[in-house]
Amino acid sequence: MAISQPTITLDPPVTAPQDTPTLPRLLAGIRPDGGPLTLREHLALHGPLPRVRPGGRRRGREQAGAFVEELELSGLVGRGGAAFPAATKMRAVAAARGRAIVVANGTEGEPASLKDRTLLQTLPQLIIDGGVIAAEAVGADQLIIAVCESSQECVDAVAAAIEERGEDAQHSPKVQLARIPAHYSAGQETALVNFLSGGPSLPTFTPPRVYEQGIGKRPTLVNNVETLAHIALISRHGARWFRQLGTPSQPGSTLVTLSGAVAHPGVYEIETGASLTSLIEAGGGPTARMRGALLGGYGGSWVAGEYLRGIALSNEHLAPHGASLGAGVVHLLSEEACPVAETARVARWMHGQSARQCGPCIHGLEALAETLEQIAAGGAPAKAGQRISRLASLTARRGACGHPDGTVRMILSGVEAFDTEFADHARHGHCEQCSRTPELPLPDRPLTMPAPRGKGARR
Amino acid sequence: MSRRVRVNPITCEAHGMCAELLPERITLDEWGYPIVDGAPLTGSQVDHAVRAARACPTFALLVNNERD
Repeated sequence: MAISQPTITLDPPVTAPQDTPTLPRLLAGIRPDGGPLTLREHLALHGPLPRVRPGGRRRGREQAGAFVEELELSGLVGRGGAAFPAATKMRAVAAARGRAIVVANGTEGEPASLKDRTLLQTLPQLIIDGGVIAAEAVGADQLIIAVCESSQECVDAVAAAIEERGEDAQHSPKVQLARIPAHYSAGQETALVNFLSGGPSLPTFTPPRVYEQGIGKRPTLVNNVETLAHIALISRHGARWFRQLGTPSQPGSTLVTLSGAVAHPGVYEIETGASLTSLIEAGGGPTARMRGALLGGYGGSWVAGEYLRGIALSNEHLAPHGASLGAGVVHLLSEEACPVAETARVARWMHGQSARQCGPCIHGLEALAETLEQIAAGGAPAKAGQRISRLASLTARRGACGHPDGTVRMILSGVEAFDTEFADHARHGHCEQCSRTPELPLPDRPLTMPAPRGKGARR
Repeated sequence: MSRRVRVNPITCEAHGMCAELLPERITLDEWGYPIVDGAPLTGSQVDHAVRAARACPTFALLVNNERD
């Protein structure tokens, strides 16, 4: 399957593992052709959407508060990468002054992730449901579905779904589609809000936080589309149902994008905490011996092959390996690939995706990518390893957004997981595998130059 | 109320004034950008920090209150 091509042909998403009777949840009823479920099919499958804020000011507020409590009990954490508690974020938005806005973040800048695209393309009504519930819970009158402009199928599916829904007398928020530029940080919360406020698609300095002052200075709830899809189901089935799957600290099911050395790469719905082995089995088994895996995304962590057998897919299980589930990316690097070349290439790509606003990110990622390339080619100066550590500490946590932090995490974890290969390269230069076609996709996504600042742009 | 220094990395253009005026808390990296010790400022450092913030040509140095 092609990953992160501008137009994506999806293999029908498969659910895994089959031994859990209650899966699939999100991906239930999905069409084999990968097309969107119609509103009628969606309602037949899941039933009508409950109202969490009925008429009557006081009763409405009480009911909305009761739903946020239920959401808190469910323990749902965000599925965009940061795993932040969904109810906590909602409370912050609801408590902020002014009429709130909800943004469904379906930009999915991660090249190895397809799960948000899959949801947008196949189950747009489920996402809208979740967005409507979230809007009612925080008292928002507007819901914006943010989709990457490079994915025409998603844009079409969401536009059609909004049209099909028409005026919903029961549920009040106005639903709109927004096309977002295609680059890595476009979905970063402040970059998204900046763009939707008429500014460039670039991160901004915080504070103000978007939950206090977001789009047009209004409190803004930005949730990943998968998070909203879970909210749609929690509003129907409740917290107890949600917690029947998953781990205590990360309950429920979660979508992962499995790629690399596996028979059937694609999007899978797993119980959080499921073993990596069970996921690979659901994916038809490995197609090669594995040298390691990149978990989370390009700002995630490499884990060496020797540890993969024992890995369970939840943040608490991954923490001892220095990794997290992130955006659900699981890329299996085969023994035929060179991990040094792959790490260097991804580092260079991430440098190219920097918004180029903050000095430490611009210079630090450049120097890190250069040093990695020197090591890969065997032309590194003495003590290149120390240079990497030093550059890493000069680069991480010094930008306005998390882009340098994630890239540094990926680089350091690669250097650690593949220490033998890095040492070999530093001594002998390129290996036989270096010249192979990269396994990790490096899409051609030039950063769009900052547009003239419109009214209301944040900086 | 304890106060701390912070840099807005987007507006910072590596003029380096802050490291001259608040060397107790700010050093420069190899590209000239400030590395800031964000621990609470002591009483006498607050004045220096405020002076450094005013001297920054791009107003990128911030002296924050605890809650920011």
